[in-house]
Amino acid sequence: MFTEENLKKVEEIKKRYPTSQAALLPVLWIAQEQFGWISEDVMRYVAELLGLPYSHVYGVVTFYTMYNKKPVGKYHIQVCTNVSCMLRGAYENLEYLEKKLGIKVGQTTPDMKFTLTEVECLGSCGTAPVVQVNDDYYEDMSKEKLEKLIEQLSRDRK
Amino acid sequence: MEQIKLILKDIPELHRIEVYEANGGYSALRKALGMKPDEIIEEVKKSGLRGRGGAAFPTGMKWSFMPKDSRPKYLIVNADEGEPGTFKDRAIIEKNPHQLIEGALIAAYAIGAQTIYVYIRGEYVKWMKILQNAIDEAYSRGYIGKNILGSGFSVDIYIHRGAGAYICGEESALMESIEGKRGYPRVKPPFPAQYGLWGYPTTINNVETLANVPVIIEKGGEWYSKIGAPKHPGTILFGVSGHVNKPGIYELPTGILLTDLIYKYAGGVRNNKKIKAVIPGGSSTPALRGDQIEGVTMDFDSLRNAGSMIGTGGVIVMDEDTDMVKVLWRIAKFYWHESCGQCTPCREGTGWMFKILDRIVKGGGRPEDLDLLVSVANNIEGNTICALGDAAAWPIKFGVQRFREDFEKYIKFKSTVLVEK
Repeated sequence: MFTEENLKKVEEIKKRYPTSQAALLPVLWIAQEQFGWISEDVMRYVAELLGLPYSHVYGVVTFYTMYNKKPVGKYHIQVCTNVSCMLRGAYENLEYLEKKLGIKVGQTTPDMKFTLTEVECLGSCGTAPVVQVNDDYYEDMSKEKLEKLIEQLSRDRK
Repeated sequence: MEQIKLILKDIPELHRIEVYEANGGYSALRKALGMKPDEIIEEVKKSGLRGRGGAAFPTGMKWSFMPKDSRPKYLIVNADEGEPGTFKDRAIIEKNPHQLIEGALIAAYAIGAQTIYVYIRGEYVKWMKILQNAIDEAYSRGYIGKNILGSGFSVDIYIHRGAGAYICGEESALMESIEGKRGYPRVKPPFPAQYGLWGYPTTINNVETLANVPVIIEKGGEWYSKIGAPKHPGTILFGVSGHVNKPGIYELPTGILLTDLIYKYAGGVRNNKKIKAVIPGGSSTPALRGDQIEGVTMDFDSLRNAGSMIGTGGVIVMDEDTDMVKVLWRIAKFYWHESCGQCTPCREGTGWMFKILDRIVKGGGRPEDLDLLVSVANNIEGNTICALGDAAAWPIKFGVQRFREDFEKYIKFKSTVLVEK
Protein backbone atom coordinates (compact mmCIF):
# COMPACT_ATOMS: atom_id res chain seq x y z
CA MET A 1 0.00 0.00 0.00
CA PHE A 2 2.85 2.42 0.72
CA THR A 3 4.79 3.74 -2.26
CA GLU A 4 8.35 2.48 -2.73
CA GLU A 5 9.61 5.85 -1.56
CA ASN A 6 7.52 5.75 1.60
CA LEU A 7 8.64 2.20 2.37
CA LYS A 8 12.22 3.44 2.22
CA LYS A 9 11.29 6.29 4.57
CA VAL A 10 9.85 3.77 7.03
CA GLU A 11 13.12 1.84 7.05
CA GLU A 12 15.05 5.06 7.70
CA ILE A 13 12.74 6.03 10.55
CA LYS A 14 13.02 2.62 12.20
CA LYS A 15 16.78 3.13 12.52
CA ARG A 16 16.24 6.08 14.85
CA TYR A 17 14.68 3.99 17.60
CA PRO A 18 15.53 0.77 19.42
CA THR A 19 11.98 -0.61 18.90
CA SER A 20 9.77 -0.67 15.81
CA GLN A 21 6.83 0.41 17.95
CA ALA A 22 8.50 3.82 18.39
CA ALA A 23 8.22 4.32 14.65
CA LEU A 24 4.42 4.22 14.91
CA LEU A 25 3.71 7.96 15.15
CA PRO A 26 6.10 8.92 12.33
CA VAL A 27 4.78 6.07 10.14
CA LEU A 28 1.20 7.19 10.76
CA TRP A 29 2.25 10.65 9.56
CA ILE A 30 3.58 9.10 6.36
CA ALA A 31 0.30 7.22 5.99
CA GLN A 32 -1.74 10.36 6.46
CA GLU A 33 0.40 12.16 3.90
CA GLN A 34 -0.13 9.42 1.32
CA PHE A 35 -3.80 8.63 1.95
CA GLY A 36 -5.10 11.89 3.41
CA TRP A 37 -6.67 10.09 6.35
CA ILE A 38 -6.25 6.93 8.36
CA SER A 39 -8.85 4.31 7.59
CA GLU A 40 -9.27 0.97 9.31
CA ASP A 41 -7.48 -0.68 6.37
CA VAL A 42 -4.54 1.68 6.74
CA MET A 43 -4.39 0.94 10.47
CA ARG A 44 -4.28 -2.79 9.75
CA TYR A 45 -1.58 -2.25 7.14
CA VAL A 46 0.57 -0.14 9.49
CA ALA A 47 0.07 -2.69 12.28
CA GLU A 48 1.37 -5.45 10.03
CA LEU A 49 4.22 -3.32 8.72
CA LEU A 50 5.53 -2.63 12.23
CA GLY A 51 4.55 -5.95 13.77
CA LEU A 52 2.09 -4.40 16.22
CA PRO A 53 -1.40 -5.51 17.26
CA TYR A 54 -4.15 -3.72 15.33
CA SER A 55 -5.76 -2.78 18.64
CA HIS A 56 -2.63 -0.88 19.64
CA VAL A 57 -2.54 1.08 16.40
CA TYR A 58 -6.26 1.83 16.70
CA GLY A 59 -5.72 3.05 20.26
CA VAL A 60 -2.96 5.40 19.17
CA VAL A 61 -4.72 6.77 16.08
CA THR A 62 -7.84 7.58 18.08
CA PHE A 63 -5.87 9.18 20.92
CA TYR A 64 -4.15 11.85 18.82
CA THR A 65 -6.44 14.49 17.35
CA MET A 66 -4.28 15.30 14.34
CA TYR A 67 -4.70 11.89 12.74
CA ASN A 68 -7.79 12.19 10.57
CA LYS A 69 -10.22 9.40 11.34
CA LYS A 70 -12.35 10.27 8.32
CA PRO A 71 -11.60 11.90 4.96
CA VAL A 72 -11.01 15.63 5.06
CA GLY A 73 -11.32 18.23 2.35
CA LYS A 74 -8.46 19.44 0.22
CA TYR A 75 -8.16 22.41 2.56
CA HIS A 76 -8.45 21.57 6.23
CA ILE A 77 -9.28 24.83 7.97
CA GLN A 78 -8.49 24.67 11.67
CA VAL A 79 -9.65 27.57 13.77
CA CYS A 80 -8.09 28.07 17.20
CA THR A 81 -10.69 29.33 19.69
CA ASN A 82 -8.63 29.07 22.86
CA VAL A 83 -8.43 32.05 25.24
CA SER A 84 -5.93 34.35 23.48
CA CYS A 85 -7.65 33.83 20.12
CA MET A 86 -11.14 34.07 21.66
CA LEU A 87 -10.26 37.45 23.20
CA ARG A 88 -9.45 38.73 19.73
CA GLY A 89 -12.45 37.43 17.80
CA ALA A 90 -11.90 33.73 17.09
CA TYR A 91 -15.53 32.74 17.62
CA GLU A 92 -16.71 35.52 15.30
CA ASN A 93 -14.24 34.20 12.72
CA LEU A 94 -15.52 30.67 13.18
CA GLU A 95 -19.12 31.78 12.77
CA TYR A 96 -18.15 33.70 9.66
CA LEU A 97 -16.46 30.65 8.15
CA GLU A 98 -19.49 28.48 8.86
CA LYS A 99 -21.67 30.92 6.93
CA LYS A 100 -19.17 31.47 4.13
CA LEU A 101 -18.59 27.76 3.56
CA GLY A 102 -22.17 26.73 4.34
CA ILE A 103 -21.07 24.01 6.74
CA LYS A 104 -20.90 23.54 10.50
CA VAL A 105 -17.79 22.88 12.54
CA GLY A 106 -16.64 19.31 11.96
CA GLN A 107 -18.15 19.12 8.48
CA THR A 108 -16.73 18.99 4.96
CA THR A 109 -18.15 20.75 1.91
CA PRO A 110 -19.87 18.34 -0.55
CA ASP A 111 -17.17 19.02 -3.18
CA MET A 112 -14.56 17.81 -0.63
CA LYS A 113 -12.76 21.10 -0.88
CA PHE A 114 -13.03 22.45 2.67
CA THR A 115 -13.21 20.86 6.11
CA LEU A 116 -13.84 23.18 9.07
CA THR A 117 -12.49 22.22 12.48
CA GLU A 118 -12.31 24.03 15.81
CA VAL A 119 -8.95 23.34 17.46
CA GLU A 120 -7.12 24.00 20.71
CA CYS A 121 -4.25 26.45 21.20
CA LEU A 122 -1.92 26.48 18.18
CA GLY A 123 0.87 28.40 19.94
CA SER A 124 0.29 31.57 17.99
CA CYS A 125 -1.20 33.68 20.77
CA GLY A 126 0.88 36.77 20.01
CA THR A 127 -0.62 36.93 16.52
CA ALA A 128 -4.13 35.86 17.48
CA PRO A 129 -6.57 34.97 16.14
CA VAL A 130 -4.92 32.24 14.13
CA VAL A 131 -6.25 29.83 11.53
CA GLN A 132 -4.30 26.86 10.24
CA VAL A 133 -4.95 25.61 6.70
CA ASN A 134 -3.31 22.23 6.16
CA ASP A 135 0.29 22.85 7.35
CA ASP A 136 0.27 26.64 7.15
CA TYR A 137 -0.54 29.24 9.80
CA TYR A 138 -2.51 32.36 8.91
CA GLU A 139 -2.09 34.86 11.71
CA ASP A 140 -3.90 38.02 12.89
CA MET A 141 -6.99 36.88 10.98
CA SER A 142 -9.92 39.21 10.48
CA LYS A 143 -13.12 38.44 8.59
CA GLU A 144 -11.76 40.46 5.66
CA LYS A 145 -8.57 38.45 5.55
CA LEU A 146 -10.52 35.21 5.85
CA GLU A 147 -12.80 36.23 2.99
CA LYS A 148 -9.79 36.84 0.75
CA LEU A 149 -8.18 33.57 1.79
CA ILE A 150 -11.31 31.49 1.12
CA GLU A 151 -11.85 33.15 -2.22
CA GLN A 152 -8.27 32.51 -3.21
CA LEU A 153 -8.53 28.85 -2.20
CA SER A 154 -11.91 28.48 -3.94
CA ARG A 155 -10.53 29.70 -7.25
CA ASP A 156 -8.14 26.80 -7.38
CA ARG A 157 -10.02 24.29 -9.56
CA LYS A 158 -7.64 21.36 -9.22
CA MET B 1 15.10 47.48 34.18
CA GLU B 2 17.61 46.90 31.41
CA GLN B 3 16.53 44.71 28.54
CA ILE B 4 19.16 42.00 28.25
CA LYS B 5 18.84 39.49 25.46
CA LEU B 6 20.52 36.13 25.86
CA ILE B 7 18.45 34.21 23.31
CA LEU B 8 16.44 36.43 21.00
CA LYS B 9 19.39 38.63 20.07
CA ASP B 10 19.02 41.45 17.58
CA ILE B 11 21.19 39.82 14.95
CA PRO B 12 19.70 39.41 11.46
CA GLU B 13 19.78 35.92 9.92
CA LEU B 14 20.99 34.36 13.18
CA HIS B 15 19.25 31.13 12.23
CA ARG B 16 21.95 30.53 9.62
CA ILE B 17 24.95 28.63 10.94
CA GLU B 18 27.54 30.99 9.41
CA VAL B 19 25.94 33.93 11.16
CA TYR B 20 25.63 32.02 14.42
CA GLU B 21 29.29 30.99 14.26
CA ALA B 22 30.41 34.51 13.35
CA ASN B 23 28.73 35.70 16.54
CA GLY B 24 30.51 33.24 18.79
CA GLY B 25 28.20 30.31 18.18
CA TYR B 26 29.35 26.78 19.08
CA SER B 27 32.30 28.13 21.07
CA ALA B 28 30.46 27.15 24.27
CA LEU B 29 30.21 23.59 22.95
CA ARG B 30 33.95 23.59 22.28
CA LYS B 31 34.57 24.86 25.81
CA ALA B 32 32.16 22.34 27.34
CA LEU B 33 33.80 19.41 25.58
CA GLY B 34 37.03 20.39 27.30
CA MET B 35 35.34 20.26 30.71
CA LYS B 36 34.36 17.25 32.77
CA PRO B 37 30.62 16.48 32.68
CA ASP B 38 30.38 17.11 36.43
CA GLU B 39 31.97 20.53 36.04
CA ILE B 40 29.27 21.47 33.55
CA ILE B 41 26.54 20.32 35.91
CA GLU B 42 28.15 22.34 38.72
CA GLU B 43 28.26 25.43 36.53
CA VAL B 44 24.57 25.06 35.64
CA LYS B 45 23.74 24.53 39.32
CA LYS B 46 25.67 27.70 40.17
CA SER B 47 23.74 29.64 37.55
CA GLY B 48 20.47 28.95 39.36
CA LEU B 49 18.79 28.16 36.01
CA ARG B 50 15.28 26.78 36.49
CA GLY B 51 13.19 24.99 33.88
CA ARG B 52 11.21 27.21 31.54
CA GLY B 53 8.53 24.67 30.67
CA GLY B 54 6.25 25.52 33.56
CA ALA B 55 7.46 23.80 36.73
CA ALA B 56 10.64 25.90 37.27
CA PHE B 57 12.61 22.92 38.54
CA PRO B 58 16.37 23.61 39.01
CA THR B 59 18.04 22.39 35.81
CA GLY B 60 21.45 21.51 37.25
CA MET B 61 19.82 19.41 39.94
CA LYS B 62 17.74 17.58 37.34
CA TRP B 63 20.89 16.73 35.41
CA SER B 64 22.66 15.54 38.56
CA PHE B 65 19.98 12.84 39.05
CA MET B 66 21.29 11.00 35.98
CA PRO B 67 23.20 7.85 36.99
CA LYS B 68 26.83 7.50 35.95
CA ASP B 69 26.68 3.96 34.58
CA SER B 70 27.22 2.63 31.10
CA ARG B 71 23.57 2.13 30.12
CA PRO B 72 22.22 4.02 27.10
CA LYS B 73 20.95 7.47 28.11
CA TYR B 74 18.65 9.92 26.44
CA LEU B 75 18.06 13.64 26.34
CA ILE B 76 14.67 14.85 25.20
CA VAL B 77 14.07 18.40 24.08
CA ASN B 78 10.50 19.26 24.93
CA ALA B 79 9.17 21.40 22.08
CA ASP B 80 5.58 20.28 22.51
CA GLU B 81 4.57 23.85 23.26
CA GLY B 82 0.84 23.62 23.91
CA GLU B 83 -0.01 25.56 27.05
CA PRO B 84 -2.57 28.16 25.95
CA GLY B 85 -0.92 31.59 25.96
CA THR B 86 2.54 30.16 25.22
CA PHE B 87 4.40 30.76 21.96
CA LYS B 88 8.05 31.24 22.92
CA ASP B 89 9.68 27.97 21.89
CA ARG B 90 8.63 28.49 18.32
CA ALA B 91 10.29 31.95 18.43
CA ILE B 92 13.56 30.34 19.58
CA ILE B 93 13.40 27.70 16.85
CA GLU B 94 12.68 30.37 14.26
CA LYS B 95 15.18 33.01 15.35
CA ASN B 96 17.99 31.11 17.04
CA PRO B 97 17.76 27.34 16.45
CA HIS B 98 21.50 26.77 16.76
CA GLN B 99 21.59 28.07 20.32
CA LEU B 100 18.98 25.44 21.18
CA ILE B 101 21.00 22.75 19.39
CA GLU B 102 24.21 23.87 21.09
CA GLY B 103 22.52 23.84 24.50
CA ALA B 104 21.12 20.37 23.85
CA LEU B 105 24.56 19.08 22.80
CA ILE B 106 26.15 20.45 25.97
CA ALA B 107 23.37 18.93 28.08
CA ALA B 108 23.76 15.56 26.35
CA TYR B 109 27.50 15.60 27.02
CA ALA B 110 26.93 16.55 30.68
CA ILE B 111 24.47 13.73 31.33
CA GLY B 112 26.15 11.19 29.06
CA ALA B 113 23.34 10.85 26.51
CA GLN B 114 24.09 9.33 23.11
CA THR B 115 20.76 10.23 21.54
CA ILE B 116 18.67 13.40 21.59
CA TYR B 117 15.04 13.42 20.55
CA VAL B 118 13.30 16.72 19.92
CA TYR B 119 9.60 16.18 20.57
CA ILE B 120 7.81 18.93 18.68
CA ARG B 121 4.08 19.54 18.48
CA GLY B 122 2.52 18.21 15.30
CA GLU B 123 1.18 21.57 14.13
CA TYR B 124 4.63 23.22 14.04
CA VAL B 125 5.45 21.96 10.53
CA LYS B 126 7.18 25.19 9.51
CA TRP B 127 9.33 25.18 12.64
CA MET B 128 10.16 21.49 12.25
CA LYS B 129 11.61 22.29 8.83
CA ILE B 130 13.63 25.22 10.19
CA LEU B 131 14.99 23.07 12.99
CA GLN B 132 15.77 20.10 10.74
CA ASN B 133 17.63 22.44 8.43
CA ALA B 134 19.67 23.76 11.36
CA ILE B 135 20.37 20.20 12.56
CA ASP B 136 21.58 19.25 9.06
CA GLU B 137 23.87 22.29 9.01
CA ALA B 138 25.29 21.37 12.41
CA TYR B 139 25.87 17.74 11.29
CA SER B 140 27.72 18.95 8.20
CA ARG B 141 30.08 21.04 10.33
CA GLY B 142 30.83 18.25 12.76
CA TYR B 143 28.91 19.62 15.76
CA ILE B 144 26.55 16.64 15.77
CA GLY B 145 27.39 13.02 14.99
CA LYS B 146 30.42 10.89 15.64
CA ASN B 147 33.45 12.16 17.57
CA ILE B 148 32.25 15.75 17.84
CA LEU B 149 35.13 18.22 17.30
CA GLY B 150 37.58 15.40 17.94
CA SER B 151 36.43 15.01 21.55
CA GLY B 152 35.45 11.38 21.32
CA PHE B 153 31.88 12.33 22.28
CA SER B 154 29.19 11.21 19.83
CA VAL B 155 25.51 12.04 19.75
CA ASP B 156 22.66 12.03 17.23
CA ILE B 157 19.65 14.34 17.13
CA TYR B 158 16.26 13.26 15.77
CA ILE B 159 13.04 15.23 15.52
CA HIS B 160 9.94 13.34 16.68
CA ARG B 161 6.65 14.87 15.58
CA GLY B 162 3.71 14.87 17.96
CA ALA B 163 0.16 14.54 16.73
CA GLY B 164 -2.06 16.92 18.66
CA ALA B 165 -2.18 15.97 22.33
CA TYR B 166 -1.50 18.63 24.99
CA ILE B 167 -0.79 15.92 27.55
CA CYS B 168 2.36 14.89 25.66
CA GLY B 169 4.04 18.03 27.00
CA GLU B 170 4.01 16.23 30.36
CA GLU B 171 7.39 14.52 30.44
CA SER B 172 6.30 10.96 31.12
CA ALA B 173 3.42 11.11 28.62
CA LEU B 174 5.94 12.49 26.15
CA MET B 175 8.16 9.44 26.62
CA GLU B 176 5.20 7.11 26.12
CA SER B 177 4.44 9.00 22.93
CA ILE B 178 7.99 8.58 21.60
CA GLU B 179 7.70 4.89 22.40
CA GLY B 180 4.73 4.79 20.03
CA LYS B 181 1.92 4.67 22.53
CA ARG B 182 -0.96 6.80 23.72
CA GLY B 183 0.23 9.71 25.83
CA TYR B 184 -0.62 8.35 29.27
CA PRO B 185 1.50 9.88 32.04
CA ARG B 186 3.43 7.40 34.15
CA VAL B 187 3.25 7.05 37.91
CA LYS B 188 6.26 8.72 39.55
CA PRO B 189 8.54 7.56 41.09
CA PRO B 190 10.45 6.14 39.34
CA PHE B 191 11.50 9.45 37.77
CA PRO B 192 12.83 9.64 34.20
CA ALA B 193 16.46 9.82 35.36
CA GLN B 194 16.00 6.33 36.84
CA TYR B 195 13.47 4.86 34.42
CA GLY B 196 12.90 6.91 31.27
CA LEU B 197 12.66 6.09 27.58
CA TRP B 198 12.52 2.31 27.17
CA GLY B 199 13.49 2.13 30.83
CA TYR B 200 16.82 3.91 30.39
CA PRO B 201 17.96 7.07 32.21
CA THR B 202 16.44 10.10 30.52
CA THR B 203 16.38 13.85 31.04
CA ILE B 204 13.67 16.04 29.56
CA ASN B 205 14.30 19.79 29.21
CA ASN B 206 12.26 22.56 27.66
CA VAL B 207 13.52 24.38 24.53
CA GLU B 208 14.03 27.69 26.33
CA THR B 209 15.83 26.03 29.24
CA LEU B 210 18.40 24.47 26.91
CA ALA B 211 18.82 27.66 24.90
CA ASN B 212 20.15 29.28 28.09
CA VAL B 213 22.87 26.68 28.56
CA PRO B 214 25.48 27.95 26.04
CA VAL B 215 25.33 31.38 27.71
CA ILE B 216 25.98 29.83 31.11
CA ILE B 217 28.97 27.85 29.83
CA GLU B 218 30.34 30.86 27.98
CA LYS B 219 29.99 33.45 30.74
CA GLY B 220 29.89 31.28 33.82
CA GLY B 221 27.17 30.27 36.24
CA GLU B 222 27.93 33.09 38.62
CA TRP B 223 27.53 35.75 35.94
CA TYR B 224 24.19 34.26 34.94
CA SER B 225 22.95 34.01 38.52
CA LYS B 226 23.16 37.80 38.89
CA ILE B 227 20.58 38.48 36.17
CA GLY B 228 17.05 39.18 37.36
CA ALA B 229 15.43 37.74 40.48
CA PRO B 230 18.06 36.11 42.74
CA LYS B 231 16.07 32.93 43.40
CA HIS B 232 14.91 32.57 39.81
CA PRO B 233 17.64 34.15 37.71
CA GLY B 234 18.08 34.74 34.01
CA THR B 235 15.82 36.04 31.32
CA ILE B 236 12.44 34.68 30.35
CA LEU B 237 10.79 34.97 26.97
CA PHE B 238 7.52 36.40 28.17
CA GLY B 239 4.70 35.96 25.67
CA VAL B 240 2.07 38.63 26.02
CA SER B 241 -1.30 38.11 24.35
CA GLY B 242 -4.92 39.18 24.68
CA HIS B 243 -6.09 42.79 24.93
CA VAL B 244 -2.75 44.56 24.66
CA ASN B 245 -1.62 46.96 21.97
CA LYS B 246 1.58 45.11 21.15
CA PRO B 247 1.21 41.39 21.73
CA GLY B 248 4.39 39.39 21.26
CA ILE B 249 7.46 37.87 22.87
CA TYR B 250 9.55 40.03 25.19
CA GLU B 251 12.80 38.62 26.51
CA LEU B 252 13.38 40.30 29.86
CA PRO B 253 15.09 39.52 33.14
CA THR B 254 13.01 37.66 35.68
CA GLY B 255 11.71 39.88 38.44
CA ILE B 256 10.36 42.53 36.10
CA LEU B 257 7.09 44.10 37.25
CA LEU B 258 4.06 42.51 35.61
CA THR B 259 2.67 46.00 35.09
CA ASP B 260 5.89 47.09 33.33
CA LEU B 261 5.68 44.09 31.07
CA ILE B 262 2.14 45.05 30.11
CA TYR B 263 2.45 48.84 29.93
CA LYS B 264 6.10 49.50 29.08
CA TYR B 265 6.72 46.64 26.70
CA ALA B 266 3.40 45.30 25.40
CA GLY B 267 2.07 48.79 24.75
CA GLY B 268 -0.62 48.84 27.42
CA VAL B 269 -4.25 47.80 27.12
CA ARG B 270 -6.20 48.37 23.90
CA ASN B 271 -8.35 51.51 23.86
CA ASN B 272 -6.90 52.54 27.22
CA LYS B 273 -9.24 50.22 29.05
CA LYS B 274 -8.64 49.04 32.59
CA ILE B 275 -7.42 45.51 33.29
CA LYS B 276 -10.01 43.05 34.47
CA ALA B 277 -7.73 40.05 34.81
CA VAL B 278 -4.32 38.68 33.92
CA ILE B 279 -3.34 35.04 33.45
CA PRO B 280 0.38 35.27 34.25
CA GLY B 281 1.89 32.01 32.97
CA GLY B 282 -0.35 30.08 30.60
CA SER B 283 -3.90 28.86 31.11
CA SER B 284 -2.99 26.49 33.96
CA THR B 285 -2.01 29.41 36.17
CA PRO B 286 -4.95 31.01 38.00
CA ALA B 287 -6.02 34.43 36.72
CA LEU B 288 -5.26 37.43 38.93
CA ARG B 289 -7.80 40.23 39.22
CA GLY B 290 -6.74 43.63 37.91
CA ASP B 291 -6.50 44.88 41.49
CA GLN B 292 -4.14 42.03 42.43
CA ILE B 293 -1.30 42.75 39.99
CA GLU B 294 0.20 45.91 41.46
CA GLY B 295 3.78 45.23 42.62
CA VAL B 296 3.78 41.63 41.39
CA THR B 297 7.05 40.66 39.72
CA MET B 298 7.53 37.94 37.12
CA ASP B 299 9.36 35.24 39.04
CA PHE B 300 8.51 32.07 40.89
CA ASP B 301 8.16 33.45 44.43
CA SER B 302 6.37 36.70 43.69
CA LEU B 303 3.70 35.02 41.59
CA ARG B 304 3.21 32.25 44.12
CA ASN B 305 2.73 34.84 46.84
CA ALA B 306 0.25 36.68 44.64
CA GLY B 307 -1.86 33.55 44.29
CA SER B 308 -0.76 32.21 40.95
CA MET B 309 2.33 30.78 39.23
CA ILE B 310 5.06 31.73 36.78
CA GLY B 311 4.21 28.72 34.58
CA THR B 312 5.49 29.22 31.04
CA GLY B 313 5.57 33.03 31.25
CA GLY B 314 2.66 33.24 28.81
CA VAL B 315 0.77 36.33 29.98
CA ILE B 316 -2.82 36.75 28.84
CA VAL B 317 -4.26 40.21 29.50
CA MET B 318 -8.01 40.79 29.67
CA ASP B 319 -9.62 44.23 29.67
CA GLU B 320 -12.52 45.45 31.81
CA ASP B 321 -15.15 44.35 29.29
CA THR B 322 -14.05 40.73 29.35
CA ASP B 323 -16.59 38.10 30.25
CA MET B 324 -14.64 36.07 32.80
CA VAL B 325 -17.27 33.34 33.01
CA LYS B 326 -16.85 32.76 29.29
CA VAL B 327 -13.06 32.74 29.65
CA LEU B 328 -13.21 30.13 32.41
CA TRP B 329 -15.76 28.16 30.38
CA ARG B 330 -13.24 28.07 27.51
CA ILE B 331 -10.41 27.02 29.80
CA ALA B 332 -12.55 24.24 31.29
CA LYS B 333 -13.42 23.06 27.77
CA PHE B 334 -9.74 22.85 26.93
CA TYR B 335 -8.84 20.65 29.89
CA TRP B 336 -11.84 18.43 29.31
CA HIS B 337 -10.69 17.91 25.72
CA GLU B 338 -7.08 17.33 26.73
CA SER B 339 -7.53 15.05 29.75
CA CYS B 340 -5.98 11.75 28.65
CA GLY B 341 -8.71 9.82 30.42
CA GLN B 342 -6.44 7.68 32.55
CA CYS B 343 -7.43 8.96 36.04
CA THR B 344 -11.10 9.07 36.94
CA PRO B 345 -11.07 12.37 38.92
CA CYS B 346 -9.60 14.22 35.95
CA ARG B 347 -11.46 12.40 33.17
CA GLU B 348 -14.85 12.83 34.85
CA GLY B 349 -14.14 16.00 36.82
CA THR B 350 -13.02 18.09 33.85
CA GLY B 351 -16.21 17.07 32.05
CA TRP B 352 -18.39 17.97 35.01
CA MET B 353 -16.73 21.35 35.43
CA PHE B 354 -17.25 22.10 31.75
CA LYS B 355 -20.88 20.99 31.83
CA ILE B 356 -21.66 23.14 34.86
CA LEU B 357 -19.95 26.15 33.29
CA ASP B 358 -21.74 25.49 30.00
CA ARG B 359 -25.06 25.48 31.85
CA ILE B 360 -24.19 28.79 33.52
CA VAL B 361 -23.04 30.40 30.26
CA LYS B 362 -26.27 29.29 28.56
CA GLY B 363 -28.40 30.91 31.24
CA GLY B 364 -29.34 27.77 33.18
CA GLY B 365 -27.03 28.26 36.14
CA ARG B 366 -28.15 27.63 39.71
CA PRO B 367 -26.81 29.43 42.81
CA GLU B 368 -25.45 26.17 44.21
CA ASP B 369 -23.43 25.60 41.02
CA LEU B 370 -20.61 27.78 42.33
CA ASP B 371 -20.00 25.62 45.38
CA LEU B 372 -20.39 22.57 43.21
CA LEU B 373 -17.67 23.81 40.84
CA VAL B 374 -15.28 24.37 43.72
CA SER B 375 -16.14 20.95 45.15
CA VAL B 376 -15.44 19.18 41.85
CA ALA B 377 -12.17 21.11 41.47
CA ASN B 378 -11.13 20.12 45.00
CA ASN B 379 -11.81 16.50 44.22
CA ILE B 380 -9.59 16.56 41.14
CA GLU B 381 -6.73 18.43 42.78
CA GLY B 382 -4.03 16.14 44.13
CA ASN B 383 -5.88 13.00 43.08
CA THR B 384 -4.34 12.37 39.69
CA ILE B 385 -1.14 10.83 38.32
CA CYS B 386 0.05 13.98 36.59
CA ALA B 387 -0.27 17.73 36.95
CA LEU B 388 -3.01 18.13 34.34
CA GLY B 389 -5.61 17.52 37.03
CA ASP B 390 -4.30 20.38 39.15
CA ALA B 391 -3.87 22.55 36.07
CA ALA B 392 -7.54 22.01 35.26
CA ALA B 393 -8.77 22.51 38.82
CA TRP B 394 -6.89 25.62 39.92
CA PRO B 395 -8.04 28.15 37.29
CA ILE B 396 -11.67 27.22 37.95
CA LYS B 397 -11.42 27.09 41.73
CA PHE B 398 -9.66 30.45 41.98
CA GLY B 399 -11.73 31.83 39.13
CA VAL B 400 -14.97 31.23 41.02
CA GLN B 401 -13.45 32.90 44.10
CA ARG B 402 -11.98 35.89 42.34
CA PHE B 403 -14.77 36.59 39.86
CA ARG B 404 -17.72 35.46 41.94
CA GLU B 405 -19.75 38.58 41.14
CA ASP B 406 -19.63 37.81 37.43
CA PHE B 407 -20.89 34.31 38.07
CA GLU B 408 -23.66 35.56 40.34
CA LYS B 409 -24.86 38.00 37.70
CA TYR B 410 -25.04 35.24 35.12
CA ILE B 411 -27.01 33.04 37.46
CA LYS B 412 -29.31 35.80 38.71
CA PHE B 413 -30.28 37.11 35.30
CA LYS B 414 -30.40 33.63 33.78
CA SER B 415 -29.07 35.01 30.58
CA THR B 416 -25.97 35.74 28.65
CA VAL B 417 -26.27 39.51 28.98
CA LEU B 418 -22.60 39.75 29.78
CA VAL B 419 -21.49 38.04 26.60
CA GLU B 420 -19.51 40.42 24.48
CA LYS B 421 -20.65 40.74 20.91
